[in-house]
Amino acid sequence: MRARLHSRWLVMGATIAGIFAAVIVILLIGGYDTSRALAALWDGAFGSSYAVLSATLVRATPLLFVGLAVGLAFRAGVLNIGAEGQLLAGATAAVAVGLAVGALPRVLALPLALGAGAAAGAAWSGIAGWLKLRFGVLEVISTLMLNFIATYLVSWLVRGPLQEPTRVYPQTIELSPAVQMPLLLTGHRVHLGLVLAIGLAGFTWWVLTQTAIGFRVRAVGAGAAAARSAGGIDPARTTALVFLASGALAGLGGASEATGVTFALYEGISPGYGYSAIAVALLARLHPLMIIVSALLFGALEAGAAAMQRDANVPSVLAAVVEAMIVLGVLAFNHARTRGRQA
Amino acid sequence: MSDHALVLRAVSKQFGAVRALAGASLTVRRGTLHAVLGENGAGKTTLMRIAFGMMAPDEGEVEIDGRPVTLSSSAAAIALGLGMVHQHFTLVPAMSAAENIALGGRGRLDLGAVAEQVRVLSARTGLAVDPDTRVDALGVGAQQRIEILKALHGNARTLILDEPTAVLTPTESEELFGWLRRFVAEGGTAVLVTHKLQEALSVADDVTVLRRGERVLTARAAEIDIVTLVRALTGEDRAPETRVRTPRSQTVGAVVAQLTDVSVRDARGVLRVHQANVTCHAGEIIGVAGVEGSGVHELLRVLAGRLTPTAGTVSLPDTVGFVPEDRLRDAVIEDFSLSENFALRGAAARRGRMPWPELRAHTARAMAAHDVRAPSPDVRAGTLSGGNQQKFVVGREMENRPALVIAENPVRGLDLRATEHVLRELAASAASGSAVVIFSTDVDELLPLADRMLVTFAGQVREVPVVRDAIARALVGAA
Repeated sequence: MRARLHSRWLVMGATIAGIFAAVIVILLIGGYDTSRALAALWDGAFGSSYAVLSATLVRATPLLFVGLAVGLAFRAGVLNIGAEGQLLAGATAAVAVGLAVGALPRVLALPLALGAGAAAGAAWSGIAGWLKLRFGVLEVISTLMLNFIATYLVSWLVRGPLQEPTRVYPQTIELSPAVQMPLLLTGHRVHLGLVLAIGLAGFTWWVLTQTAIGFRVRAVGAGAAAARSAGGIDPARTTALVFLASGALAGLGGASEATGVTFALYEGISPGYGYSAIAVALLARLHPLMIIVSALLFGALEAGAAAMQRDANVPSVLAAVVEAMIVLGVLAFNHARTRGRQA
Repeated sequence: MSDHALVLRAVSKQFGAVRALAGASLTVRRGTLHAVLGENGAGKTTLMRIAFGMMAPDEGEVEIDGRPVTLSSSAAAIALGLGMVHQHFTLVPAMSAAENIALGGRGRLDLGAVAEQVRVLSARTGLAVDPDTRVDALGVGAQQRIEILKALHGNARTLILDEPTAVLTPTESEELFGWLRRFVAEGGTAVLVTHKLQEALSVADDVTVLRRGERVLTARAAEIDIVTLVRALTGEDRAPETRVRTPRSQTVGAVVAQLTDVSVRDARGVLRVHQANVTCHAGEIIGVAGVEGSGVHELLRVLAGRLTPTAGTVSLPDTVGFVPEDRLRDAVIEDFSLSENFALRGAAARRGRMPWPELRAHTARAMAAHDVRAPSPDVRAGTLSGGNQQKFVVGREMENRPALVIAENPVRGLDLRATEHVLRELAASAASGSAVVIFSTDVDELLPLADRMLVTFAGQVREVPVVRDAIARALVGAA
């Protein structure tokens, strides 16, 4: 286990170094003022207490939830790439329930909204799980398609049943303070969701390594036939459980974002967190504790990219390019490692 | 032209810390059948892969038809007249024989022409293959014939066959050897990689034995005996132990498991097992034989409690030990540690936390008791040799003394020592009161072990005397 953890750090370090090199090359090719852009990237991510506490950590919070969701699913061999849709389902349910229970005290209202978010995420992912187990539909396709459905469902809801009463803006009214996440520090945007997410990362790690259920999940992911034959494990049942748990984590991420950052539902509530999640999980090699680190890293990258756009006119899609490179890099590395093992 | 079709000289190959070949050599005379023998890990497969251009040697030389060559890929080896039939076939199941043989060709694909060539080649060589049948509809023997035809279609004059008989029935093996003898009689050359000593001595012209990456013996098969071979293989002065137990007298123990009128249909609705009746008694070893597709695997899986029959009643004990045929698919998870693999048994019913320290200690005890050679219970199962993996699986399944043990081809691919160990464990299990059911594609393995013998043919299960001829007849459905 120690050796594996070491190699995880090594991969992460090598990947980060590679990313930096790639970013510099892209900036040079694009003819940007490289030193200014890099300075903006750094300042936007770590340069000040505002950058860390109101940008990086705030961005890292939803990434950690969805990164855990994807990581858990991948560990069980469930290729859930629908964290985006599950996150939107969670945000929608949290806002809908939050609007209804806004008059209750916070100790009741907030957990209700968060619970609704988790349940909605689980249900959304559960559709893909049911399609897979009942009809053999590949989850890679169904979860991806469900993302589009969720996106357009949100568009419709914020122009229809959930739209604010004046019917001017495509969004809901703001949640009452009773369903808003408490801030961790006055004057900074980082909120309780981060603590919740870190706690869930630890809990997920504990479940996977220390409990019988987690062992079954890992066994099905690492060798479903052997899990069934040697362990009597029912892979379908375990897979169903993982679909639900993974969806719940992503849904909770959406709920945390809605109650901690946006306080309302609107289109584009997620700038693709659910897709970034795949890179977050892969960079951490699906280890729940390492996902904390990689979510922080991606949070910093996205915060920095936003600052780079502001201060050096470098399009912030650079962050998306870098994420894609990370996914490809990690996959290539894993492939090389597996081949090296077989030879 | 040189007298030697294939020469490998002082070849070394290192994989990480493992030295697979340490200056091994092989000289194959043209027009002969040359058997290459060695225990697991002796370097047979690595040597053959180097000969076929699949990997480059760290040191050493390869000569084909007397010319030194540097093979950059297997395509280069094929161009020089080599062909290889791998132990695990390299056919595309959803394609026809002709399509598979056309794979790797260049330019425009004229499937009709390829099919015609296959027909001609098939008629000329006597290897019966229908070019238009999909591979997944064919048995193992037919698939192997396609592999050979594929090599011959690439104009191979020298064939390398890696453990070709491991998957064949005795009749199919005899057919293959008959064909190989004709192939070499007509000027071809064949290299036969095998575990089976008797097989090597009876069909080969020359024999080479590898041990720990070195050649320890090359001789004419007619000039040596099995004792010499065993000594070369193991480095020990000891004949192979063929008889690990004496079949029991007629005293019959209590009924442990019973199948009554059991029928099994597969996913496509095809009847695989038809009204089978099997009774297993405490303390007996039941040998099971049956060719691919005869329903033997379905029968064993029902007995192991891994498959629910379509009809009939099944009565099984609470604990069943199961040693499946495809170890890496059905028995161990390569990426899991030994402790984790050990914990698989009973994992479905476990609640709450995993008692890892206890499981680890338990695994260490089982490793010691069952001679599993690994540094610790924490190493990945995938790092163990096949023999050690199998000893580990047998050890795990024998924990808690299961009342019934089902083993499918338990010693396939294992070297002499591991084979003997596994067979002894199975015999000991019967001696301690378990009912033990052993399936093997090699009937000779079962003869010295089994008290009773069941043979499946076309879904029917028959009990036959534990006699070679009777079993051979029942395997093909003859009375």
